[in-house]
Amino acid sequence: MLKWLVAAVFVLVNCAVPARAKDELVIGISQFPNNFNPAIGTMLAKSYILGMARRPITIHDANWEPICLLCTELPSLEKGTAKFELTEDGKPGIAVTYTLLPTLRWGDNTPITTKDVVFTWKVGKNKKAGVGNYELFRRITKINVKDDRTFTLHLDKRTCDFETINGFNLLPAHIEEKNFTDPAEYRNRTAYDTDTTNPGLWFGPYRISKVVQGSYVVLEPNPTWAGKKPAFKRITVKAIEKTAALTANLLSGSIDYIAGELGLLLDQALEFEKQHGKRFNFVYKPGLVYEHADVNLSNPILADRRVRQALLHGLDRESITKQLFDGKQPVAHGSVSPLDSVYNPDVPKYDFDPKRAKALLKEAGWSTKRKGILHNAEGERLQIEFMTTAGNKSRELVQQVMQSMWRQIGIDVRIRNEPPRVYFGQTVRKRKFKGLAKFAWLSAPRNVPLTTLHSSRIPGEDNGWSGQNYTGYNNARMDKLIDDMQVVCEPEKNRALWNEMQILYSTDLPALPLYFRANAFIFPKWLKGVTPTGHQYTSTHWVEDWYAEK
Amino acid sequence: MVRFSAGRLLESIVVLGVMTFVVYVLIGLMPGDPIDLMIAADPNLTSADAARLKALHGLDKPIVERYWNWLSNAVQGDFGYSRTYTKPVLDVLFPRLGNTLLLMSLSLIFALALAVPIGIYAALHPYSKTDYAINMFCFAGISIPSFWFALLCIILFAVHFEWLPAGGMETVGRGDLLDRAQYMVMPIFVLTISSVGSFTRFMRASMVQTLRQDFIRTARAKGVGTTRLLVGHALRNALLPLVTIVGLSFGNLFSGALITEIMFSWLGMGKMMYDAILGNDFNLALIGLLFATGATLLGNFLADVSQVVLDPRVSFASRENER
Repeated sequence: MLKWLVAAVFVLVNCAVPARAKDELVIGISQFPNNFNPAIGTMLAKSYILGMARRPITIHDANWEPICLLCTELPSLEKGTAKFELTEDGKPGIAVTYTLLPTLRWGDNTPITTKDVVFTWKVGKNKKAGVGNYELFRRITKINVKDDRTFTLHLDKRTCDFETINGFNLLPAHIEEKNFTDPAEYRNRTAYDTDTTNPGLWFGPYRISKVVQGSYVVLEPNPTWAGKKPAFKRITVKAIEKTAALTANLLSGSIDYIAGELGLLLDQALEFEKQHGKRFNFVYKPGLVYEHADVNLSNPILADRRVRQALLHGLDRESITKQLFDGKQPVAHGSVSPLDSVYNPDVPKYDFDPKRAKALLKEAGWSTKRKGILHNAEGERLQIEFMTTAGNKSRELVQQVMQSMWRQIGIDVRIRNEPPRVYFGQTVRKRKFKGLAKFAWLSAPRNVPLTTLHSSRIPGEDNGWSGQNYTGYNNARMDKLIDDMQVVCEPEKNRALWNEMQILYSTDLPALPLYFRANAFIFPKWLKGVTPTGHQYTSTHWVEDWYAEK
Repeated sequence: MVRFSAGRLLESIVVLGVMTFVVYVLIGLMPGDPIDLMIAADPNLTSADAARLKALHGLDKPIVERYWNWLSNAVQGDFGYSRTYTKPVLDVLFPRLGNTLLLMSLSLIFALALAVPIGIYAALHPYSKTDYAINMFCFAGISIPSFWFALLCIILFAVHFEWLPAGGMETVGRGDLLDRAQYMVMPIFVLTISSVGSFTRFMRASMVQTLRQDFIRTARAKGVGTTRLLVGHALRNALLPLVTIVGLSFGNLFSGALITEIMFSWLGMGKMMYDAILGNDFNLALIGLLFATGATLLGNFLADVSQVVLDPRVSFASRENER
């Protein structure tokens, strides 16, 4: 019996995973997509994988500039491919014309045409279809088709971001039309989930050739792809949820590369680099994820701008990011990332200056110190409640450091954290936090902060808790700036509006800017050509540039 | 026997019915459904989008109405679609169930195959050095956190020695029996070690107790051989408590082992149910939990039947009276 057992173990051990050729790449990510339909739901894991198998019509590139991926050129007012017009009910609208590239073909060799564009719009604007980005499709009131490649979208609102339709994810009419006969059942019948390996669903450099639900996805080169030939004969994306297991898999060679978009947290990556830095290349890419503390402006203490400014002067954010994140996460001075083309570097900055913080607090009436805590003339303590997501070690650590720094200037900060489900689902959304709420926003490049800063977007009973202006910020000038930023599209005037908006934000501080989060990419030494973007459009959208160095 | 089984069946149906309601309501009472979280994380989603998505997924109706709709369909065999996987519930559940059964049943078999002889040996040599060593091994197995032990195994066997794959279920492009067996070694080992300790302790304690019984002394006095004494007389009696414990563990065969599954990326029931509950995937969570509950009830029933088979003093009537 023992002999047989030993023999069995010997056989198993000697058949261990064979070494992979360099024309194969295995990527580890920490999430598996729930479904594969590009229009239904939004999930980073799905976006990551589908970036290799299909492309949006327009996108922001690694330099955060809008570009065409499937079209010949972006619509332009000067060239006449974008035209201001009035909608049927007399409101200012815009018509934008795109021409699809002539070489586009689905994986089954069916040409990609305007028929697919119209079908995608039909699905997107149907409320029963369950499309995540419904608002984009609702705004399109009409599509005029010129020929198989050229079409004009008529939008019911004039905005300056008219040149991009990044969320317009083409669906293959020749496959999906029959599944859309009952729109309410579409999400259950879509071929993307019932027949995921059908080549006709994909048109990127790769197509999905195998899916083991919850475990991995295999992608192989798509023969109908007319662009640059991809270098890898096979790419496997493995989902390994536990980060400890993810790193162990990397060390054992089961995976080659941990994607920054969905991999290790920064502190975990830094620790991993300390131990295994010589074996891999590490790239830390800061981006759009804006970590901040929302201030509840209904709180009488925090309603005073001087207190908010004092809070920032009392924080050594440079030291926090240096000590805890090895300086990899740049300090934020506002909500716009320094990588964004509309970033204004000349906004008020709040350096670590405890003296200035104390002076501002004194000016605001917090002048008497008892047992290390400031009190006002009425004898009230300067006490602020501070919340964040319970269980997020990195956030909780920063929160404790912030509490300790604020204690130094006489502010009594009380921490009360909640699980993400309660925190985001109830407390933040319904403005139930009493003082500060620390979390992050993920937006797009040049994202007008309409939902987060406009006074019409303050959630409340009256509007069914609609909007994300959780701080309750209400400033007429900010409202006007936001309104204008969407419709005043001449580059210089638009830029001036962006500049003023950022100055006003950093002066008023409806939220305390902390830092822009960085993603950690852990590459094998031989993998080249991967360009982290820092925004929500993942590096896989340029997978054809990836190669193995020989 | 028939009366006993019928009673048990009726009792099981009532328990399952109550469980469906309790689980449904508890999931529904959790604050912040995934659509709330989605809107909180994405500034481009409006509350109108959230309302539309909630209506689409039926989350806008009162919970009792939703439960009743689900139950009406379920009793007709329509378990609906998984909200997160957009697939029929059974299509999601059965592959996971198969994976879990394979993993859990093999680890149970290995655990029992080790625990019974080790427990007997320890009982036969009480307070010897070997007995103390076995005790120590048992307590270590019970006490070691499974996530830590799993990680240790991955570092040792996958990273350091490179003998076994670190996680997953098959090698891409292979997936034959031998390949899949490699992926099972570590999870089965971890699960076996974590349960063998308690089984061994039960076996040892029960055996020690049995060996002190009068009938054993009588059998010895009558000159019964050691093997026959142990197997024919002592073991049959000593197995009774272990059978009860194994019966109670039966439900685990269907509900999976969450931590081990996550650590080894094993696609089992534990992870599926965890995700389904967190994602408010009512249909999937309910069917998964009902399978586990049903299996536990079945395990209890089988344990009762085994008691009767193993111990002639116990009858179905007496088991029924005990209840």
